[in-house]
Amino acid sequence: MSLTVERMLDPSTAIYDEVLPARHPWSHVVKKGQILRIEDLGGNQAVDFLVYNADDPAERYSAQDTTLAQQNIYLTTDSKLISNDGRAIMTILNDTCGRHDTSGGACSCESNSVRFGLDKKFQHACVENFLTALAPYGLGKRDMVSNINFFMNVPVSEDGTLEIVDGISAPGSIVDLRAEMNALVAISNCPQINNPCNAYNPTPIRLIIWDAA
Amino acid sequence: MVQSSINTALNASLVRLEEVIPGGNYWSGVIQRGNTLRVTDLEGSQGVAMVCYNADNAIERLNVADTSKIQFNAFLKKGMVIYSDMGRILFSITEDTSSYHDLLGGCSSAASNAAKYEGGDFWLNSRDHFLKALTRRGLGKKDIMPNINLFTRIAVGTDGKMTFVEGSEKPGSFIDLRAEMNVLVILSNCPHVMHPSPVFAPKPIKVQVWDSPAPAPDDLCRTANPEAVRGFVNTDALFAQ
Repeated sequence: MSLTVERMLDPSTAIYDEVLPARHPWSHVVKKGQILRIEDLGGNQAVDFLVYNADDPAERYSAQDTTLAQQNIYLTTDSKLISNDGRAIMTILNDTCGRHDTSGGACSCESNSVRFGLDKKFQHACVENFLTALAPYGLGKRDMVSNINFFMNVPVSEDGTLEIVDGISAPGSIVDLRAEMNALVAISNCPQINNPCNAYNPTPIRLIIWDAA
Repeated sequence: MVQSSINTALNASLVRLEEVIPGGNYWSGVIQRGNTLRVTDLEGSQGVAMVCYNADNAIERLNVADTSKIQFNAFLKKGMVIYSDMGRILFSITEDTSSYHDLLGGCSSAASNAAKYEGGDFWLNSRDHFLKALTRRGLGKKDIMPNINLFTRIAVGTDGKMTFVEGSEKPGSFIDLRAEMNVLVILSNCPHVMHPSPVFAPKPIKVQVWDSPAPAPDDLCRTANPEAVRGFVNTDALFAQ
């Protein structure tokens, strides 16, 4: 089954294949049945990710409904990204990284000022990217919810302690997501330089889309 | 230290509001900056779901990811604070005799109730309660974000698996949440969505809003760590003019 999927996903047959530079925003409607691949080109690059029902964005990814449905806080192959209405927006078909974070959220100018120093308020941050990526679709701050961090490693221990640590993602790690409805995807290629989530060096990612088979 | 003894019985003259919330119901109110919301588990709670907002500008709201990330813990305890999504502090946890509150579990919905309970009043769930409380203030579905769960314990395995830890409720335990801005809070007194009981039997809780003392220079929450100090710099700036 997975072999079939792998063989099907030849970049030469893709309808979209672009490199998103380090620190940049991106948004795109991935139509029902299409497959989006995110490739971590340089390794250890956090990719902050939000997804909405493109036809009714009040329905959006819900971190808690997603982790509740699978009773696990990490995402990997076969994980379904569940909406606030309890429906799958996307399914992870392939994952060569192993696990992805659902609890760390996005960096913002404001939270950077708290976490790393008041003078860090003017550094570029994922929330800035999300607001930029969502604006063309008429969405804004009210539409921002807890996001996925692909390729980011946030171990949580039994007593709840957690920390963003060195990534487990290597250059060339990929995650493939199939849209189960028309899905508006917003990405921030994370610009954080104050902790190890990007190995202190934000790098480009590659985004590929295939049409439904 | 000021916090040498736990203030279990509030002086009646300090209590501005007191209400018992029956199991399955919800409550919302605005806690003025400086006052404290006390929530008491009267009989062994199955969980209370909570969301909160800047009452003066509700586009600023609870952010459970920032709250856990900044404090390196997904479970709330005395001395910790609850962060908004704008680098400011909504509530300080000035007292807590339960110590089991989670930021991960999420909340119940009509669908989760239908899956777990036979029959019953399907609308008695936290998602619908949040919606109903929000719409009375001109807010709605887009204003619901991941929530906090009070008085319940979950555990996370090294493989990421979440489990509900039964038998952790402590009748009589309470949490004191000191408002650091004017805070709109919604409490849904419905069982934690992961609570395993197939019988819908939420217990009553007590809500009190009390006139708490101004923070001392060595206030536990205001001095807990450099992040909290900066969070209060940001928060106090809201009220500087």
